[in-house]
Amino acid sequence: MAIVIPLGKLADLAGAPSLALTLPLMAELDWEGLKAALPPLLAEALDDPRVRVAVNGALLPNKTKLQANAGDEIALLPPVSGG
Amino acid sequence: MRDIRLLDRMFLPGTLIGPFTQANPGLGGVCTFVGEVRFDEGVEALELTHYEPLTLPGMHDLATQAFARFTLMGLLMVHRVGVMRPGEPIVCVSAAALHRRDAIDAVDFCMDHLKSAAWFWKREKRASEHGGEWHWIEPREQDHADLARWQA
Repeated sequence: MAIVIPLGKLADLAGAPSLALTLPLMAELDWEGLKAALPPLLAEALDDPRVRVAVNGALLPNKTKLQANAGDEIALLPPVSGG
Repeated sequence: MRDIRLLDRMFLPGTLIGPFTQANPGLGGVCTFVGEVRFDEGVEALELTHYEPLTLPGMHDLATQAFARFTLMGLLMVHRVGVMRPGEPIVCVSAAALHRRDAIDAVDFCMDHLKSAAWFWKREKRASEHGGEWHWIEPREQDHADLARWQA
């Protein structure tokens, strides 16, 4: 299982502050796999180039190269709208 | 001396500045900026969300950049998260230095980065017939222009 944390307005599209994705044992989750597992409106919003992704607190230089495993926390980060 | 904090409840900036100044003996100047929730028409509350693994480490990185760029003795950076009412403080940045320009510019630098490059998401609750509706705030062009001043 991987945990998805949608931040900001992406949380509204997800309908929850976190989503648990069930992964098959020993299988890796890639970008297309992640989008397929999320609610369609949320998956669509991820294509916005301004949306960044972090795995276990580390920002991915290129989110489409995502490789996540069971136990990972995947954060979906829309543009910030500061303090 | 650096003091970087995220707070989830109301704070009084005045109570932080005294101890911060005391902790930097021999300073030549202190510059402090406090940001508060504006009394905008129809806005009942503001909420800032953050992402624990990125937000506080990001503020520490920002402090490191400020220390590298300016000649500082101390830096205090305190940011609220959670729900705030108009008039409540959101952010307090204070810099202590031997010379005023370093203190003033360091605060300006930190604020421009906190506004447009720190991991915070903001929404506001606007009055409506049904008792208030939350709206996400989009990034502002002006904030990005302010950030660009430091990238030359």
